[in-house]
Amino acid sequence: MSTLSLTSAFTLLLKRDMTLAYRRRSELVNPLLFFVLVTAMFPLGIGNDPKLIEAVGPGVIWVAALLAALLSLDAMFRSDFEDGSLEQFMLSAHPVSILVLAKILAHWLVTGLPLFIAAPLLAVLLNIPGDAIPTLMLTLILGTPVLSLIGSVGVALTVGLRRGGVILSLLVLPLYVPVLIFATDAVKTAIVGIPTTAQLSILSAMLVGSLVLAPLATAASLRISLS
Amino acid sequence: MTTSAVSTATFEAQSLECIRDDRVLFENLCFTISPGEALVLEGRNGSGKTSLLRIICGIRLPESGKVLWEGNDIFHLGPEFHEHTAYLGHKDGSKQDLTPLENLRVAQGLGKAREGITLEDALEQVGLFGFEDVPTRNLSAGQQRRLAIARLLVTDAKLWILDEPFTSLDRKGIEQMERLFEEHLKRGGMAAMTTHHRIGFKEEVKLVRINLSDR
Repeated sequence: MSTLSLTSAFTLLLKRDMTLAYRRRSELVNPLLFFVLVTAMFPLGIGNDPKLIEAVGPGVIWVAALLAALLSLDAMFRSDFEDGSLEQFMLSAHPVSILVLAKILAHWLVTGLPLFIAAPLLAVLLNIPGDAIPTLMLTLILGTPVLSLIGSVGVALTVGLRRGGVILSLLVLPLYVPVLIFATDAVKTAIVGIPTTAQLSILSAMLVGSLVLAPLATAASLRISLS
Repeated sequence: MTTSAVSTATFEAQSLECIRDDRVLFENLCFTISPGEALVLEGRNGSGKTSLLRIICGIRLPESGKVLWEGNDIFHLGPEFHEHTAYLGHKDGSKQDLTPLENLRVAQGLGKAREGITLEDALEQVGLFGFEDVPTRNLSAGQQRRLAIARLLVTDAKLWILDEPFTSLDRKGIEQMERLFEEHLKRGGMAAMTTHHRIGFKEEVKLVRINLSDR
């Protein structure tokens, strides 16, 4: 036996994080519950104007998804920081960015994917026409990983602070705004029936860009936080 | 200081300086360790023992000076250096929700796996036989420390960096761990450690002692 290959180190860490998530599944439900409750409460608050609900629908879904992601971000590195696991990752024989990428993927599978799965139901609740639902799903599958990726940089920078929550939001939310704008615009355009290739292309570009850059930035930020 | 042309020492620190909260903890600190030797750091609380260990394992950067592994700066080596080291800090680095076996599997995967030892063997050597599948949170503090020490055994690390490894171990446990450390040094391993406990190695082991308070 010797050093694991990069892919097996990646899967090892992914499996570890998924096991940990499974053993603490009650905490897992929080972001999803938040997402569902906020979007479900909105029509009740707005009143029975279908036109209005339809108009705010994409925005409501996306804002709720964004805040749900923000709520769950801190958990990405917090417990590993507190019990010393993070130090062990830093001292691993593998590049830290690969390990970080595994953790981000695990975070997305646990918090982003459930939102994606719940979204069609909520779209019906918000009176979003059936033709636009595939576009909504597309924006979510392209956009929510970006939220986890960008968020990881913010968490990595603030994990060493005792009260990092507010700074984390201030740091990360401005970077989330482009995702929000293009994603909601795509869904609104799809409702009207105009092609949405442009917005989806930009979202894909954001995903690819953050997939390449975020793990590197996160690894560097973690190193700063720990020293 | 860097005039010596070729250094034969495997692990070397050159004029390290550490400043914490505007206080100079140590400066111009040099040492070398070769295979089979152990560095023992002594000093009062707050004298910079942990900071020094974090510097030599590469988590923290020194204000000045450098740490060399086989003549190369560890800062540039990165993972190539880390595959030769194992670090046991104040915190155990085990996940409470995983079993000891799962924790060891991750630890082994993160480093370079050692040949000829199974995870179960390692657990047995630290006296955790029979606790493979108990959640780590149910273990006592001393048993959790033993699990952390088992992590050292499953990787092929030549240099063990140990920060108070004997915390919360009972007397028999301390003796057991001393034997494990001794075996590691006899295999040609190296260690850098801080401890308030007087280490009782049975055989002659070359200890390099540095007292950070007297400097």
